[in-house]
Amino acid sequence: MSEAIKISKGLDIHLYGEAKPEIKDCLNPDSVALKPLDYIGITPKLLVDVGDKVSVGTPIYYAKEKPSVKFTSPISGEVAEVKRGAKRVIEEIIIKNDRNNTFVDFGKKSIAELSAEQIKECLLESGLWTLLRQRPYDVVPNPETLPRYMIIKGFDSAPLAPDYSLLVKGEKDALQVGIDALKKLTGVNIYLNVNDNTTSEEILNLQNVYIMTFKGKHPYGNVSIQAERISPINKGERIWYINLQDLIAIGKLFLTGKYFANKVIVLSGEEVLNPMYYNVVRHTCLKDILNGNINKENHIRVISGNVLTGTRVEEDGYLCASDNQITVIKEGDYKEGLGWMMPGFKKFSVSHTFPRGFFARCTKKPFSIDSNLHGSQRAYVFTGEFERVLPMDIYPMQLIKACLSKDIDKMEELGIYEVDAEDFALCEVIDVSKSEIQSIIRNGLELMRKELGE
Amino acid sequence: MNFVEKFFDKQRPKVQKGEKYHWLASTFEAFESFSFVSDKTAGKKGAHFRDAIDMKRAMIVVVIALIPALLFGMYNVGYQHYLSHGENANFWATFFYGFWRVLPMIVVSYVVGLAIEFAFAQIRNEEVNEGYLVTGLIIPMICPPDIPLWQLGLAVVFAVIIGKEVFGGTGMNFMNPALVARAFLFFSYPSQMSGDMVWIFDKGDAVTGATPLGELAVGQPASATVCDMFTGLIPGCVGETSFIAIMIGAFILLVTNIASWRTMLSIFVGGAIMGLIFNCVGANDYMNVPFYQHFLMGGFAFGAVFMATDPVTSSHTNTGKYIYGFLIGVMAVLIRVVNPAYPEGMMLAIILLNVFAPLIDYYVVDANIRRRKKRLRVATKTR
Repeated sequence: MSEAIKISKGLDIHLYGEAKPEIKDCLNPDSVALKPLDYIGITPKLLVDVGDKVSVGTPIYYAKEKPSVKFTSPISGEVAEVKRGAKRVIEEIIIKNDRNNTFVDFGKKSIAELSAEQIKECLLESGLWTLLRQRPYDVVPNPETLPRYMIIKGFDSAPLAPDYSLLVKGEKDALQVGIDALKKLTGVNIYLNVNDNTTSEEILNLQNVYIMTFKGKHPYGNVSIQAERISPINKGERIWYINLQDLIAIGKLFLTGKYFANKVIVLSGEEVLNPMYYNVVRHTCLKDILNGNINKENHIRVISGNVLTGTRVEEDGYLCASDNQITVIKEGDYKEGLGWMMPGFKKFSVSHTFPRGFFARCTKKPFSIDSNLHGSQRAYVFTGEFERVLPMDIYPMQLIKACLSKDIDKMEELGIYEVDAEDFALCEVIDVSKSEIQSIIRNGLELMRKELGE
Repeated sequence: MNFVEKFFDKQRPKVQKGEKYHWLASTFEAFESFSFVSDKTAGKKGAHFRDAIDMKRAMIVVVIALIPALLFGMYNVGYQHYLSHGENANFWATFFYGFWRVLPMIVVSYVVGLAIEFAFAQIRNEEVNEGYLVTGLIIPMICPPDIPLWQLGLAVVFAVIIGKEVFGGTGMNFMNPALVARAFLFFSYPSQMSGDMVWIFDKGDAVTGATPLGELAVGQPASATVCDMFTGLIPGCVGETSFIAIMIGAFILLVTNIASWRTMLSIFVGGAIMGLIFNCVGANDYMNVPFYQHFLMGGFAFGAVFMATDPVTSSHTNTGKYIYGFLIGVMAVLIRVVNPAYPEGMMLAIILLNVFAPLIDYYVVDANIRRRKKRLRVATKTR
């Protein structure tokens, strides 16, 4: 293991509601929902109709842009409903669980005997190809392409993020097979990125990967920041990445021949009565998990993902595809008389104009947060703030403005290929002008993707 | 606060689009958001919580930082008045003499400026921006106490419209609006903005009334002691005289991280270096003024702390801020010493560098762009 790569800029935000290291099974949801909108740049083409019976691993839809990329069912049951939104966009494909656990058998296989082409075929057929992501653009990679190198995301630095050693406990064999499969599939260097707190032997003893240790503050767990330190992404280059836990599913596909749709997620946040880990099915309904475990006295906001980048979902909504975290916080739908003038002793702030922000270095006492914006949108006035929380060789304000003005050349020059919306989450949090920076960057990336292709 | 909330709730329907009072929509919003931080919540996707700071909070900190210099300025207006008449007055009488003189200037500046801001916000269908809370206080502070109020009002109109709104409002302007007002007055009404007569309100004949810079510019040594310049008991613009009061403001701005220490520090470094160079040359009396006295005279400290640090018009990159600040310091002292037509160089130095700040940023950002392009070339070669 090499020496730790130190990332000095950034910001760790400590929040109430950290989870206990206990895992509870919650593997029999009433229903699951596949949400095509969880994937960027995918137009879903349905392969099933309402009322069809499906098994674990039955393809539900494929991507119009990349027809070989299929999305499969994580449970057995019946397609109950296809929810459509504006312009008939498919939002959710809901599958009711019949609890029979029938599954499609993809056949046990040994990686050593398979060619790269056959591994690709297995991943595409089983729907596990969709666990891979490509930078730039954060899309599911095109099966016809190959990356320059691969990153395995071995830790998460976001507030209240799960401890990855718990997510992959006891799954060393599957992880190793997963790595071997990806190595054979791509033939490129694979970096397993861990942080200096990672002590799990199961993770650190994995073979066939370069283990890179990072230390610092959030967002040092983000792929962009790590990729910049390993080898920055240039124009025309692609890298792939995958979450460590998702390797288990890939490994088990070859070991057992089945689509292993379980994953461990963490339920955390101030409004959770008993924050802990849950073993769930992918795309699960959140009703069973949240039932009786959230504070009903306050207005609450349930977020699939973390508080920085997640998606707001209903209490009876569904887990988004790539999330392994559910966070529940207070909804901030209240008015506050002269709030901007008050001392604000308890308010979350990193600015020195509030007491907690001023003394932030002295205490690690968690913050209590809610979803209030604490102001309304303004033009950008302050400068030099975003640079403190974006540990990259990027000029954030200039890039944001290039995205706003849809100046493709400028975006490219300023390094749009190296970043993703999530890297700007902290900028969005500390922004005095209250603009939606992540969505500005996302729109910029989408513009690039549509103009220049993936 | 409940009845205030009810009042706003009751009025809200009347300013909706198509209603009779829609032309007051921006004004309504401004007053409502002044009284209540709104109940807007974060969107569906993205960051689900925000820092408690907003533009109002940030601007009020700058206003608080300006208060020591303002209060001292009020006292000094009274003090200089009584001194010029050779009268003795107690502390409160002195302060209130200045208070009643400076207050109308502040009122004129805010009323005229905010009226224009509100009107432009309404025309653009935007919310009123808080930037003028600071500008509106700075403008009277950088004017001589003797200025006719109509001139001040006219300068505010010019500054807000030409200095800011024509470019798109707060955040889009490239010159500091307060300095635009000062420059407008300086070039339009030179007789009321320079010379020996304007720096003391209702001046008596006991003193000449010249500022230290004015004396130096005509080749006399400054009559004020260093101690007076440090505390600020010298004739000059309302808020600019007291080094110590300005430094209290600087302290507030720096500990709250509102102003950039990079800009502030490099201005003083630039000024000191230029002052030292002149000390070495020593061709005339002005050049022999010890370099640190430049910080105490005229608007150097006030400009460095409150105006050059305006984040919109200063350099936007951190590297650029060092260059921007350094050049302001150098230019301010250079203009003062070398060009006797302009006794005060700080205003011109900041305006000049406001204009050049985008150029500085361009080259700083361009270095980053070239680094990226070079990396791409290397990568393509080795591929």
